[in-house]
Amino acid sequence: MPEHVAEQFEDIGKQAHAARLAMWIFVGSEALFFSGLFALYAAYRCEHPWGFGVGVEDNTVAWGSINTLILVVSSYVLTLAVRALRHDKPRASALLIGVTMLLGMAFAFIKVGEWLHHFGDGLYPGGWGHFYEEPGHGDPGTKMFFTLYYCMTGLHEVHIVVGLLVLGFLLYKVLRRQIGSWAPHPLEVGAIYWHFVDMVWLFLWPLFYLMPGAVGR
Amino acid sequence: MTTIDVGILPVPHEEAPRQESYLNIAYTVKSWALTTDHKRIGVMFLFATSFMLALGGAFALLLRIEHLTPGMTIMDAYTYNRMFTMHGIVMVWLFMIPSIPSAFGNFFVPIMIGAKDVAFPRLNLLSFYIYLVGALWVIVALWMGGVDTGWTFYTPYSAHSPSAVVPAVLGIFILGWSTIVTGINLIVTTHTMRAKGVGWFKMPLFVWTTYGVSIIQTLATPVLALSLCVVGLDHWFDWGLFDAARGGDPVLYQHLFWFYSHPAVYIMILPAMGVISEVVCTFSHKNIASYKAIVYSTLGIAFVGFTTWGHHMFVAGMSVFDADIFGITSMLVAIFSAIKVFTWTLTMRKGSIVLRTPLLYFFAFLFLFVFGGMTGVAVATQALDVHWTDTYFVVAHFHFIMVGGTLTAWLAALHYWFPKMTGRMYPERAGYVGATLVFAGFFMTFFPQFLLGNAGMPRRYYYYDPVFQPLHVVSTVGSWILGFAFIWTLGYLIVACFNGPRAGNNPWDSRSYEWYTTSPPPKHNFVEEPHFVLDPYDYTVPAEKMHA
Repeated sequence: MPEHVAEQFEDIGKQAHAARLAMWIFVGSEALFFSGLFALYAAYRCEHPWGFGVGVEDNTVAWGSINTLILVVSSYVLTLAVRALRHDKPRASALLIGVTMLLGMAFAFIKVGEWLHHFGDGLYPGGWGHFYEEPGHGDPGTKMFFTLYYCMTGLHEVHIVVGLLVLGFLLYKVLRRQIGSWAPHPLEVGAIYWHFVDMVWLFLWPLFYLMPGAVGR
Repeated sequence: MTTIDVGILPVPHEEAPRQESYLNIAYTVKSWALTTDHKRIGVMFLFATSFMLALGGAFALLLRIEHLTPGMTIMDAYTYNRMFTMHGIVMVWLFMIPSIPSAFGNFFVPIMIGAKDVAFPRLNLLSFYIYLVGALWVIVALWMGGVDTGWTFYTPYSAHSPSAVVPAVLGIFILGWSTIVTGINLIVTTHTMRAKGVGWFKMPLFVWTTYGVSIIQTLATPVLALSLCVVGLDHWFDWGLFDAARGGDPVLYQHLFWFYSHPAVYIMILPAMGVISEVVCTFSHKNIASYKAIVYSTLGIAFVGFTTWGHHMFVAGMSVFDADIFGITSMLVAIFSAIKVFTWTLTMRKGSIVLRTPLLYFFAFLFLFVFGGMTGVAVATQALDVHWTDTYFVVAHFHFIMVGGTLTAWLAALHYWFPKMTGRMYPERAGYVGATLVFAGFFMTFFPQFLLGNAGMPRRYYYYDPVFQPLHVVSTVGSWILGFAFIWTLGYLIVACFNGPRAGNNPWDSRSYEWYTTSPPPKHNFVEEPHFVLDPYDYTVPAEKMHA
């Protein structure tokens, strides 16, 4: 069983602890990275409640919700993959990582599809496009809503893509038996990141699909 | 283990049998460029940040020359605007923030906790290259003519400025990730790599301060990165997220910016306080008056630092109540700082003080930091701040903290650890002269700026009223002394690198853990795995028994 203990560590346990701690701090850092945009959303929604509501109404609840379901299931599948690896079942683990990646890709494609649909409607970031000239769409809040929509879902999509690359790398490692039950921490650390990306979506989903406010009534 | 040099003064030995160190283990360019040794990475950071200090310093000297006369002296107004912006950007992000944590922190934190290396050596090297890429983008911005928005990139002007905003913002964004990676690395290293006998409350105080700084770096920097991203998008694509005409809020940008940039001040000053704690104990040969006072006030500053950002915005449209709250939290920082100052001075009481250049820098630090800190309390007071906002008073205040505080501590660190890093001694007399000149030059440059600001001289102005000219001239002459002091210091340190007498392992007779190993240290920091029995400030035991 190959044990890759880096020379600066005494044993694999300490190395695993260091890796997990680093990922948790990184997740904290990432959360604050997103927090800036959440702050913008909160402040501008307070200033333009109606315009934001119009924007939320225009988004398709079904697509957002399907994507939520996809991500939640993918997170669950990934925890199963970690458990399989801990119980020394690398094939099952690899399969489950593969399923997670397929779900992640499905999410990414649906999201791109939604953006293309918006572009088709003449709806671009920065308040550009003929969508905003149509009746009822002229509120500056609506422009701000969609600019933030593109920024936040775009940044999230970047994280999904990075997550997929990380999972692909881990899949390769599991298949080559470079990580396994003796040291499952690389997969655990990757999973923490993936769960974090899912968590962010769980906040984006209501903000962009579910909360039209007064406009919805 | 070889014998330990316990002399207070360096004993120039005969060339000892060649000792393996991190410096002589290999000499190729590749062995430096691809190293994962935290000491070599620290040295590379030291060189890179020092180069940036020289660049930012050159800008500062030119700016001061421009102010010799009320009108145009050597540059036009647009050049002046771009130059003070680039001075700020280079000094803040390319020098001040990485100066102590990434250079000295990288070098000494693992040694001080008895580790072989940081937790993630390859990530550490990556952090250095990320720094270089970020620096390169800032240089690109410079090459494209620089930025004229001020280092704060305030919207809405930064969204429309004709200057090179995008490459500068991109560079700072990239530099932020270097800071975050180093921060994560040092936090994890401190948590997981401590050697036997190094409990949390036995760590040298410098480790505590870099730990506090790393927390700020990992939590504040991403917010800056995000806000600058949005400024970049506004500038490049005209998305108008901070454009009031399109429903955005420019003041919100200021909130986000200062949410990072005020803690960033503590990123700059906390490691300096760590250096000072080491220096004052070593040269007083006495235990720190209260170890826990330093630790808790460090963590206190790190925490409270996140709640004070609004004091930059008293005149930007803020309720009196909010401004009061921000004023009070800002004053809390002064309490924590005062705890430190009193602890340091109390440490010296009845110590056996040996006056060496680092201690001279400590005195300079103490005076300038207290001066800058007290004016900080003054500008945290709403009523006074309204009078001083955007005047030279504020400029003088933050230069007293950043240059008077951080830069003198950086120089103290450079001299204090020079024997450990190079294995050689610097010339002490030349050091005294340098430290004296730095202090004199600094004081002469920035003290008149308090008077100028109080009299109404606005900051960032190209033309000024001729009444202000005498004080401007004094300030400019002071900057020449300061500039000369740096060239002087650089000169003798370079000579000492090659020709200084051998330092021995512990030329200062310190008890701090980095002095247990050889100078310069071997690749894995200690020849044998260290087990520290004594506290790092325990001077009750003679140096011969340090290793017992």
